[in-house]
Amino acid sequence: MKRSAEVVIVGGGISGLTIAYHLAKMGHTDVVVVERRYLGYGATGRCGGGIRQQWSTEENIVLARESVRMWERLEEELGYPIYYRQGGYLVTATTEEEVRDIKRNIKLQNSLGVPSRWMEADEIKEEWPWINTDFVIGGSFCPTDGKVMPPRVVWAYARKLREMGVRIYDFTEVRGVKVEEGKIRGVITDKGEIETGILVNAAGAWSREIARMVGVELPNTPYRHEIAVTEPLKYFLEPMVINFRYGIYFTQTWPRTEIVGGIGNPEEKPGYNMRASPGFLNMYTKVLIRFMPCLRHVKIERQWAGLYDVTPDARPILGDVDGYDRFIQAHGYSGHGLMISPMVGKLIAELIVDGKTSLPIDSLNLRRFEEGKVIREANVVG
Amino acid sequence: MPRFVCRCMDVTEEEVIELIRDGVRDIQLLKRLTRVGTGPCQGKACLEILVKILARETGLTPDEVGLITLRQPVDPVRIGTLAGEVHEEEC
Ligand SMILES: Cc1cc2nc3c(=O)[nH]c(=O)nc-3n(C[C@H](O)[C@H](O)[C@H](O)COP(=O)(O)OP(=O)(O)OC[C@H]3O[C@@H](n4cnc5c(N)ncnc54)[C@H](O)[C@@H]3O)c2cc1C
Ligand code: FES
Repeated sequence: MKRSAEVVIVGGGISGLTIAYHLAKMGHTDVVVVERRYLGYGATGRCGGGIRQQWSTEENIVLARESVRMWERLEEELGYPIYYRQGGYLVTATTEEEVRDIKRNIKLQNSLGVPSRWMEADEIKEEWPWINTDFVIGGSFCPTDGKVMPPRVVWAYARKLREMGVRIYDFTEVRGVKVEEGKIRGVITDKGEIETGILVNAAGAWSREIARMVGVELPNTPYRHEIAVTEPLKYFLEPMVINFRYGIYFTQTWPRTEIVGGIGNPEEKPGYNMRASPGFLNMYTKVLIRFMPCLRHVKIERQWAGLYDVTPDARPILGDVDGYDRFIQAHGYSGHGLMISPMVGKLIAELIVDGKTSLPIDSLNLRRFEEGKVIREANVVG
Repeated sequence: MPRFVCRCMDVTEEEVIELIRDGVRDIQLLKRLTRVGTGPCQGKACLEILVKILARETGLTPDEVGLITLRQPVDPVRIGTLAGEVHEEEC
């Protein structure tokens, strides 16, 4: 194990790996990524793989839009198949209130260059006849939204990082952080110490634990989110279909062609429980067949769970912490960290190397919660 | 003819060995990358072979390789049944 590094990143999920990649791309390869288990053990390896630009706040729309431009080139850039497809997202409405919200969001999205558009029920019926348009009264569709196979993305970055000379220590746990007068000095792991002046907290739902080692309290809360796949079917369900009122999302995976999907459970208590529950399948399938009745004949094959790393406004926490030198936060993605990871990785690397970012991220700094400058992201599913 | 490790998910021995040689030493990551062991039989027909290959290629013992997490429902169940429907409806 290396005894020192310019940058140490805690967390071998999409956040940590992407930041490491952009640092290396900017010429900084004296970087170490520390992961307690295997790469992708956290939310990243368990997630739905959806990539959406149809958000309700400007920051998320722009981060997603810029990320989509990067997703489009990522497979070529990393030289490894990640099964990225731009089949779109259909955001469905089942009530007039949802219609109003969706139409307002389309305006904002279009003004920021995201090509979402309204579709009436009969248009949806024509395009995707298996969607229940007695229930779905319309929706917005963005053709450049899409999906990817998350574990492949993890491995694509890991291989590239190895090639570029970045060290990844998996099955290595960060247990303490050395701090002197607000300056990061190093991290203590179960395999030894690594001296560093720059620490990136990309530990997902466990970021609070890392911050505590430094003496910083984070407002993040872990929530279990469950997900399931069916048996493989002939490929027919190209878009990701979602609904904010029910918190449901589903699509068909590529290239494995199972129907993957999940639903949020409003009763879920905060905590680190990652076990799958029998109640989830009942809750999810009941809603699923309202949206797509013909799925009732398909069999569910596997269910599992992961953690959403949720912040009070459902937006990520990015950047420095006041009063500390070079303790960088990149977590709190609240259920949509994969999709925005390319641009976030680039911006955090810029912050580390240049001290400034090509897009403003100040409004996503931790200090917003103290200053009370909080705008809530409404478009959350799962 | 390619040799299949996992017939449910069409994963060949070649694909698995290539990934292990590329550095994937963990059975969970290997599963997620290939979907090996996640088909209708839920690994009953392939897990043992997979563990053997991983052990052979990495020099780990089968115990060290471990197993993938067994996921519910072990036997696939119809969505209609899970949703609590009693009657078969046509669509
Ligand atoms: C069911 C589900 C579905 C989802 N669907 C989508 C989707 O469709 N689209 C989307 O964009 N997002 C989705 N998400 C959210 C997305 O998965 C996350 O936002 C994203 O993966 C977060 O990445 P991360 O790197 O921040 O965290 P993680 O992937 O959780 O990585 C953090 C890592 O830090 C490691 N770690 C923790 N503590 C330590 C320590 N002390 N020492 C060393 N390592 C440590 C953990 O082991 C973990 O691997 C979904 C999430 C879930 C749970
Ligand atoms: S043979 Fe691998 S899951 Fe059935």
